[in-house]
Amino acid sequence: MSVFLAKRLATMVATLLFSSLVVFLVLEILPGDPAQVLLGVDGTPEQLAVLREKMGLNAPAAARYFSWIGNMLTGDFGTSYAYGVPVWSLLEERLALTVPLALVAMAMTALFGLVLGVWAAARHNRPGDLAIMGISQLGISIPNFWFALMLILLFAVKLGWFSAGGFPGWEDGVGEGLKALLLPALALATVQAAILARITRSSVIDVLQEDFVRTARAKGLGRRAVLWRHALRNALIPVITVMGLQFAELLVGAIVVEQVFTLPGMGRLVFQSIANRDLQVVKGIVILLAFMVVAVNFAVDLLYALIDPRLKASDV
Amino acid sequence: MSDMAVVSSGAGFWRRARRHRSFVFGGILSAVLVGTAALSLVWTPHSPYRIDIPNRLKPMSPTYWLGTDPFGRDVFSLLMTGAQNSIVVGVVAVAIGMLLGTALGLLASARRGWVEELVMRFTDFSFAFPAILTAIMLTAVLGPGTVNSIIAIGIFNIPVFARVARGAANAVWSREFVLAARACGRGRLRITFDHVLPNIVSVIVVQATIRFALAILAEAALSYLGLGTQPPNPSWGRMLNEAQTLIYIAPQLAIFPGIAIALAVLGLNLLGDGLRDLVDPRLIRRR
Repeated sequence: MSVFLAKRLATMVATLLFSSLVVFLVLEILPGDPAQVLLGVDGTPEQLAVLREKMGLNAPAAARYFSWIGNMLTGDFGTSYAYGVPVWSLLEERLALTVPLALVAMAMTALFGLVLGVWAAARHNRPGDLAIMGISQLGISIPNFWFALMLILLFAVKLGWFSAGGFPGWEDGVGEGLKALLLPALALATVQAAILARITRSSVIDVLQEDFVRTARAKGLGRRAVLWRHALRNALIPVITVMGLQFAELLVGAIVVEQVFTLPGMGRLVFQSIANRDLQVVKGIVILLAFMVVAVNFAVDLLYALIDPRLKASDV
Repeated sequence: MSDMAVVSSGAGFWRRARRHRSFVFGGILSAVLVGTAALSLVWTPHSPYRIDIPNRLKPMSPTYWLGTDPFGRDVFSLLMTGAQNSIVVGVVAVAIGMLLGTALGLLASARRGWVEELVMRFTDFSFAFPAILTAIMLTAVLGPGTVNSIIAIGIFNIPVFARVARGAANAVWSREFVLAARACGRGRLRITFDHVLPNIVSVIVVQATIRFALAILAEAALSYLGLGTQPPNPSWGRMLNEAQTLIYIAPQLAIFPGIAIALAVLGLNLLGDGLRDLVDPRLIRRR
C-alpha cells in the first residue's frame, strides 16, 4: 500500500507543478501587459516603465515563475493590483463561504444519491426503480444555474421563504449563514445526487449478483440486512471514487451558482478580478482551485486504499 | 471489439435500435434540436435581432408564442436561433477533443512505454482544470467570446477522449488479428489505422454524443457568466443571464431557455445511453 500511496503522492506533486507552470504561462506570457492595463490608456511610457519595474515584470520569466512558486509555498500569493492587499487575505475571506457551500452540497449529494441509489437497486426494474432512473436522467440534464434560478423563483419570489440571494456572514450565527447556503447547495447538489444515485444503483445491482450475497441470503439473513450490511459496503468502492470527483465538481460549480445567488465567494472574486484585469488574484484562485481538486482526488486514493482490502494486502 | 463494429453496421442494429426506448426518445429530441437550428437559418416567426421597445415584455400570445424579452425581441425566435449557437459550440468543441484526444490515445496505445506514461500523466493533470476554470483563465487573458469558450471546452475534452481511446485501443492491440497483422510485418501506424481505429470508432462515437450534451451545458454556463457568446448573438445561457434581473417582473423569461437546454441535453444523453447499449450488448443486462 505504501508504494501505491507514494506513487499517487508523486503524481499529485507533479500535477501541481505542471499546473502552476501552465497557469503561469497562460496568464503571464500571453499578450496583455498587466502594467499597461492597470495604468489605462492615458499612462506615459515613463510611468509604464516605473510601474513595470515596481511590479517585477522586468525580471526574466523563469525567475518570476520560481519566485511566484517559492512565495506561494510560504503562503504569499502576491499583492492584488486592484485592492492593494495580499491576495491570500482575499482568498481566505472567500473560502469561508465557498468551502462550506461545497460541503453542504456534498452532504446533500451523499444523502440523496446513496439512499435513492440503494432504494432503486433493491427494486431493480420495478416501478420505483424506473421512476428514480427517470427522475435522475432529468436531474443530470438540468443546468445547475437554471435550477438555482427556479429555486429562487419558487422559494424567494412566490413563497417568500428565503431571500433571493446575498449572505449575512457567519458573525450572525451559523444558523443564518447555513440558511443562506441552503438553496445554493440544493441547486449544486441536485445534478450530482442524480449522477451518484445512478452509479450507486448500478454498483449495488452488480454486487447483489455476487456469490457471497447468495451465501448470506442462504444462511438466513434478511433482504434488508444483506442490502445494507453486505451489498452497500462492497458497492461503495466505485461510489467513493465518484464522490471525490464530485466534490471537486461542486467546488468549481460553486463559482457559477454563487453568481446566481450573489454570494461573496471565490466565484464573485474571480469575475471581479477578470473585470479589473487583476491577474495576480485570478492566478491565485485558479491555482488554489486546481490544488483543491488534486488534493481531493489524493484523499480519495487514500480512502480507497483503506476500504479496498486488495490494495491493503498487496503493494500495487 | 470487432464484434461491436459488426453489430453496429448490420441491419440488426436498426431493428434493435427501433425497439430501444432511450435511443428512440433521445433520437427524436436530438432531431428536433438539429431541425430547429436548421429551420432558424431560413425562418423564424420574428427576427431575433429586431429591437421593438413598444412590444417589450409581452406575455404569451398567438403573435408572440412565448412572449417578448425586455428589448421586445420574440423569445421563441431567440430560442430557435440559440439552438444554432449551442450546436456550433458543441460540435466544434467535441471535434477538437475527439480528434486530438483520440490521436493521443491511439499514440499511447501503439507506442506503450514512456509515451503512454506521458500521455496518461497529461490526462491526470488536465483533470485539475475543469472547463470553467480553463475558460476563466482564457477569458482573463483573451477576453470573452464564443471562440474562446469553444477552445476552453475543447481543451477539457482532449484528456477524456485520450483515456477512452487508449483503453479501447489497448483491448484491440491484444487481439489475434492484430498479432497476425504484426506477424505479417505491418507497422504500428498501419495497424493503428487499418485495424485499431475502425474497431474503436463505436466507443468514440458514444463518448462524443455524451460529451456533446456536456458541451451544451458548459456553453450555457459560460454564456450565463458572460464569458461565452456575446450579444446580440442569441444564446440560451445569455438569455438566462438577462432574465435573472427581471425575475420578479417577468419570471417566464427565466423558464423557457432552461427548458430548451434541459431538453437538448436530455435528448443527447438518452441517445448516447441508447447507442452504448446498442453497440455493446454486454451492458444491456445492467439496465
